[in-house]
Amino acid sequence: MRDRAELVIIGGGIVGLSLAYHLARMGMTDVVVIEQGYLCFGASGRNGGGIRQQWSTEENIRLAIQSVRMFKQLARETGHNIWFRQGGYLFLARDAETAAALEKTVKLQNRMGVPTRMISPATARRLVAGLNTEGVEVCSYNSTDGVLFPWPAVWGMAAVAGKLGVEINTFTRVTGIDVKDRQVVKVVTDRGAVATQRVVNAAGAWSWQIARMAGVELPNKPYRHEILVTEPLKPFLEPMVSDLEDGTYFSQTMRGEILGGIADPQEPSSMETNSSFRFLARMCNSMVRILPRLSRVKILRQWAGYYDETPDGQPILGRVEPLDGFIQLNGFGGHGFMLAPAVGKIAAEWILRKRDHQIFQRYDLDRFNRGETRREQLTIG
Amino acid sequence: MSRTIVCRCEDVTIEDLKQAFAEGYRDLESLKRYTGFATGFCQGKCCTAHAARFLSALKGGDDTVADPIRTRPLLHPTPVSRFARAVELLEDE
Repeated sequence: MRDRAELVIIGGGIVGLSLAYHLARMGMTDVVVIEQGYLCFGASGRNGGGIRQQWSTEENIRLAIQSVRMFKQLARETGHNIWFRQGGYLFLARDAETAAALEKTVKLQNRMGVPTRMISPATARRLVAGLNTEGVEVCSYNSTDGVLFPWPAVWGMAAVAGKLGVEINTFTRVTGIDVKDRQVVKVVTDRGAVATQRVVNAAGAWSWQIARMAGVELPNKPYRHEILVTEPLKPFLEPMVSDLEDGTYFSQTMRGEILGGIADPQEPSSMETNSSFRFLARMCNSMVRILPRLSRVKILRQWAGYYDETPDGQPILGRVEPLDGFIQLNGFGGHGFMLAPAVGKIAAEWILRKRDHQIFQRYDLDRFNRGETRREQLTIG
Repeated sequence: MSRTIVCRCEDVTIEDLKQAFAEGYRDLESLKRYTGFATGFCQGKCCTAHAARFLSALKGGDDTVADPIRTRPLLHPTPVSRFARAVELLEDE
């Protein structure tokens, strides 16, 4: 492992790797990435691959539009097929209040160029054969949302960054961050130390632990989020279907499997990734309710990953006062993967070319002290 | 080219494992994800031991690769309908 670097990125998930990838392509390769497990060990290897632009805040819509554009290029750029399929996202609203809130977000999305439409349950049934719309008031649908296979996106970014000269260390655990006179000076790992003036905390569910090593308290809390996958079927389900009432979502992967999860308001914060029967039962119940024809499909596997949750459902990005050289790129909850291309690029331009961006003011850690938080309404889980 | 199949569900061959190893996927979890072995109908019951053995050989007999990939439910592929009504058994639903 290198003993010094211009920049150390803690976390080899999609956020850290997207930053490494963009920095490397802009010419900055004196970068060390430290990943505690294998690539795809954390949430980046455990999520459902949903990529959507239906958000309730301008910042997230903008980041999502940019990220979709970048995902469309990623296979060509990296030589790794990420199986990005724009089959759309269909949200189901079951009560008037949810419907009204959804309609408001759709108007905002339309203003920003996302072609989302409010559609009737009857129209939704034409999009998804066999959809049970009993109790559904109205739906929103955006045809340019989609799903991808997360693993090759992670590998592709890592491969390109590595080839250009970034050092990616897997199975390496950060044990300490040395700070001198309010300046980060060193990252210590179980495989040696790296002297550096700049450290990026892109550790997802582990971000709060990493921050504490530098004496910074983050409000982030990790939550287990469970998910399951069925046997592969021939393609029949175009959009991702998501029920806003209970936070169920499922889609068909390019391999043909039905893959999805469900929110659980009773899930406590933990670093747990065990599988539960409770999830299995609730998810199956919801799948049958939404799409009864799934009842005979066989489930192959269930697993779990993490949501790195902040109090307002928005990420923590940028500097933390009064420390120099400690940059946060974490707290993405359940939508870090889909925003990572844009966030990585914006962060790379900020670090390398000092080009500022509003997300570093809007989403900085200090917003919780200033009371300038604005909740993202359209989070699932 | 060898056509010896390691994973019968996903048609993963010894050559696929060697290729993945050469590209840097050198632990069992990564090898599984990159080649797709153990991700099919049997969920690794038939192939994990074979893949671990080949990986061990590729690493010059390193037996630390014998750590199995994480075992997850379900034990056997089971229809969604079998669990759909089990919510009634959950105490708080």
